Amino acid sequence: MELCSFLFLDSFIKDPLTHDFMRKALLMSSLVAAVCGFLSSYLTLKGWALMGDAVSHSVMPGVVVAYALGLPFSLGAFIFGVGSVALIGFIKQKSRVKEDTVIGLVFTGFFALGIVLVSKIKSNIDLHSILFGSPLGISLSDVKQTIFISLLVVILLLIFRKDLMLYCFDPRHAKTVGINVLFLHYLLLTCLSLAAVVGLQSVGIILVVAMLITPGATAYLLTDQFDNMTIISVLIAIISSVIGIYVSFWFDLETGGSIVLAQTFIFLFAFLFAPRYGIFKLKKLFTGYK
Amino acid sequence: METTNYQNFRIYAENICVDYNGKVALYDANLRLQPGQICGLVGMNGAGKTTFFNALTGFVNISKGKIRINGESVRSAQKDQTIAYVPQNEGIDSQFPINVWDVVMMGRYGSMNIFRCPRASDIQAVKDAIERVDLTDHLSTPIGNLSGGQRKRTFLARAIAQRASILLLDEPFSGVDIRTEKLISELFIQFKNEGKTILLSTHDMIHVREICDLVLLINKTVVAYGETSEVFTPENITTTFGGISPDFLFGPES
Repeated sequence: MELCSFLFLDSFIKDPLTHDFMRKALLMSSLVAAVCGFLSSYLTLKGWALMGDAVSHSVMPGVVVAYALGLPFSLGAFIFGVGSVALIGFIKQKSRVKEDTVIGLVFTGFFALGIVLVSKIKSNIDLHSILFGSPLGISLSDVKQTIFISLLVVILLLIFRKDLMLYCFDPRHAKTVGINVLFLHYLLLTCLSLAAVVGLQSVGIILVVAMLITPGATAYLLTDQFDNMTIISVLIAIISSVIGIYVSFWFDLETGGSIVLAQTFIFLFAFLFAPRYGIFKLKKLFTGYK
Repeated sequence: METTNYQNFRIYAENICVDYNGKVALYDANLRLQPGQICGLVGMNGAGKTTFFNALTGFVNISKGKIRINGESVRSAQKDQTIAYVPQNEGIDSQFPINVWDVVMMGRYGSMNIFRCPRASDIQAVKDAIERVDLTDHLSTPIGNLSGGQRKRTFLARAIAQRASILLLDEPFSGVDIRTEKLISELFIQFKNEGKTILLSTHDMIHVREICDLVLLINKTVVAYGETSEVFTPENITTTFGGISPDFLFGPES
């Protein structure tokens, strides 16, 4: 009986790995998840969830235009991602409309433009894979781009790790000790746009914001140390990707949705049972610790 | 033509104006502070106290006027980390996952390399600063687990670790326990003796009278400025607080 279940588990894990596309999907999704997970610590602490949503939706027309012109899709996505943020800032400054309204207004406008462009530009753009991701069908050129962008974001975040933490925590202090806060603001935005670009391959434009906030939010419930939060966030993101891809392989489910659902379940688990901040406070349950 | 020697002043602000999208927050404000002076910035909510701080730290740009910090521009003051800012407790995210040690270390960031790796001297400065505010037992306590007073002391320690010659404190006495209040008052006297210049905003008139050499009363602009005993007249206070009687503000004993 034990041997049987062992064999089942063994094949459950090993069978998918015999397929080349599955190995690639697992590796790429884990890489993308790690990048998004790293960044999500900053975004959740900065309160940029809505901004993440805005940027990730706004890259849509950029991706379509880039595909149509034969440019790297990341370039188009990046331009439109940063452009949307600039436009949000401009409208907010020049009108009396509140920021969350402006954000909602701009990103849906960009997203709609993307959808209209797809319907107009007759090419081999697969709307489904842009919207919902296609980690199983990722092409070689996409792999190279993804690796390059991921490394770039990770290097930037590692170099400016502490400055960005200070920027999220107390920008005024950062400014008084001579740190360039405007640079950090745009650095974080740039990383956000780039991470959205790589993330959308895994889970698609609609769900990429989950990759950018859920791991960070989960880690936030589990620790009081920023460095630990970052590490936990990255681990949760990678584990969710692996679980999501396996589940989608075995049960024939949408991959992007499965990855995000895995993240959501881990968040719910932390929400209920996190040692200090969970509803049931596991630690208290076992040790009587308050 | 009159020329002013800015070098004599730690803080020199001349006719500064600040507006947010055309809405005036502060106009024609002047301030001159020398080393070793403690000045209280008194005014209602929305009178421009925080705006004044923001202008001095360069967090907002002034639309008119001139600011010199130690005779130099605000930008150079930022580079030299001349000014330390101690925020209100409400002004910080107390749930941020960071402990006392790391907050105080942030005071040293300006003088570290790009990776912000602490050197032995930085570690020593942080240790000393934490000791001065009596938080040595809480080095690794997350700020979310501190009391209001302990949190205030943490940010004071950050300012000490920064070794700034000017300290700006936003409501240093609000929401703190008696012990912290006493410790802060003692520290102010030490800072004064060290030649530091202190500008603090407060609602609390009793503290102003006890601690401050100078008072700046503001209500969008300077209502009165000078030595505490001279400036604290019922007329000035009434103007500052928009007609509210000073008896109410000073409490029954005055």
